[in-house]
Amino acid sequence: MIPGALREAVARDGETIVYVPRERLLEVMTWLKETPGQEFDYLVDVTAVEYRDRERPLEVVYFLRSLKRRADIRVKVELQASEELSVDSVWGLWRGADWLEREVFDMFGVTFRGHPDLRRILMWETYAEGYPLRKSFPLRGRFSRAEQVRQALNANPEAHYSLEELSIADAAGDLPDEMRDRLRRGERGVIPEPPSSSP
Amino acid sequence: MSKRTVELALATPGVDGHGHPIRVPLTTEQPDLRDEHMLVNIGPQHPATHGVLRLVVELDGETVLRCIPHIGYLHSGFEKLGEYRHYNQIIPLTDRTDYLSPMANNVGFALAAEKLMGIEITPRCTVLRVIACEMSRIISHMVWLGTTSIDLGAFTPFLWAFQERERIYDLQEMWTGARLTTSVTRVGGLMADIPDRFVEKLREFTQTFPKTLGEIDRVLTRNAVWVGRTQNVGALTAAQAINYSLSGPMLRASGVAYDVRRDKPYLGYETYDFDVPVGEHGDVYDRYLVRLEECHQSNRILQQAVDRLPEGPINVDDPRVILPSKTRAMSDMEAMIFHFKQVMEGVKAPVGEAYVGIENPKGELGNYVVSDGTAKPVRWRIRPPSFINLSALPKMAEGHLLSDLIAINASVDIVMGEVDR
Repeated sequence: MIPGALREAVARDGETIVYVPRERLLEVMTWLKETPGQEFDYLVDVTAVEYRDRERPLEVVYFLRSLKRRADIRVKVELQASEELSVDSVWGLWRGADWLEREVFDMFGVTFRGHPDLRRILMWETYAEGYPLRKSFPLRGRFSRAEQVRQALNANPEAHYSLEELSIADAAGDLPDEMRDRLRRGERGVIPEPPSSSP
Repeated sequence: MSKRTVELALATPGVDGHGHPIRVPLTTEQPDLRDEHMLVNIGPQHPATHGVLRLVVELDGETVLRCIPHIGYLHSGFEKLGEYRHYNQIIPLTDRTDYLSPMANNVGFALAAEKLMGIEITPRCTVLRVIACEMSRIISHMVWLGTTSIDLGAFTPFLWAFQERERIYDLQEMWTGARLTTSVTRVGGLMADIPDRFVEKLREFTQTFPKTLGEIDRVLTRNAVWVGRTQNVGALTAAQAINYSLSGPMLRASGVAYDVRRDKPYLGYETYDFDVPVGEHGDVYDRYLVRLEECHQSNRILQQAVDRLPEGPINVDDPRVILPSKTRAMSDMEAMIFHFKQVMEGVKAPVGEAYVGIENPKGELGNYVVSDGTAKPVRWRIRPPSFINLSALPKMAEGHLLSDLIAINASVDIVMGEVDR
């Protein structure tokens, strides 16, 4: 049994799944990566699973592999929907986690504490419909097609650059205050929650 | 501010009393550009970004200080769509992720679904799937080779590579009726057996294909321009490649000998005789060498697969998973019930989860399927190899020239359908 693990299970494909409490995730991951005999030095994937059963917690899943020992392991952190959806980032251990964690944030709204650049990756930065892979998100999106088209047509071309990028070109200073504010708001993870209409 | 004096020779109006032009010392203030950085936007519609990838690049002169990729222009929500579809209905979605190697994607998903359901596929189906995977590797590497050589100014290999690719596309069309959207697998088997003359044509291909590879090798490998543009460009050490979770040719070019086919075999790959080429420097040139050698190895596997192709059924004998033939469904009561149940309810998977990683041309393609016992997965996750490989682009491009950024980006071998899914 791995120190810090809550319980272990075996998946249908034969891999071991280790459930870890979220406070100890970073500790367990560091242990798995650095302990001789474990040496899980390769992060295969990071993703999340939300079940159709609302009672079941959302799971953040890490796939680890030891290239030397040719062994795989799966680490899961369970997050209750009632709590704040956040875990520690493993960016410090594997740089490969950078985009993978951003994608989980983008699609599920799980925040990764300590991630240096946590912003949306597949959806645009000002996307306001919520988190697409959550089960409460309808297949066609929260807004009507008309509203989606209206927003797309009204989008500011400038908003395609982040404020940071515009500062490189000294263009940020030339923007009207109002637009600068909008870019600042849209840029880093602060995405307005959609109106609370139950799906 | 530096100052520069410019002498201006004025035209006739500015002539002095002796008829000589008046020379006026003109002082202009030249801004000091040493600390000025330039912002250059490449894409999303740009031929050198290989799809709808947008790169915002901070330049100091011609040197890339920072590269910020923007993706998502082709995001179609395949993973979300998959949660609303039966397992067999997901297979057409997999074509459209990595559309340069559609058959390998079909196989990847089918293997994951079969592992979840505990289905053992037939020997003939296993070998046919190996053929599908290796044909995909060849066409994907041919597209990579052609487009990269065009990016770096070599036009001829592009034509040769695309000619070979066309021959595989003809084979795919023979087999499935489609060139791109093949959807060749089904859970528990295949959509169709290979037609007559397929084996013959494939054998003919495997005999003549090495000649083209040899020609490409002769034109590029020791070509001064090609070597100059690719060696020591975008190099990653083995430790960096592992830390960035790279996979496939990108990982192996950096000297890490990990190939899913050899180290975590599926489809009986351990019974085939093939080598895993490994690079040394992890630069664009080594990635080229690794991919070129992989084409040779794929060709070897194809030859072995064609030789050993067993007779027999392509689908498992399980009426809950495989659709009965139309004739039987129309004449046999039991077959009709199975047909009805499969079409209306779909194939039910037991509760649980399964992950299957396969060695796709771009890297390790993972299909992670979670089931709650219904006919539709709770979660279908694609581990997209080119998405993860692309995430190392900012690191690789740092400190290189803008023109090298194009070479580095090409060497990642991205396909945006898969990056954005």
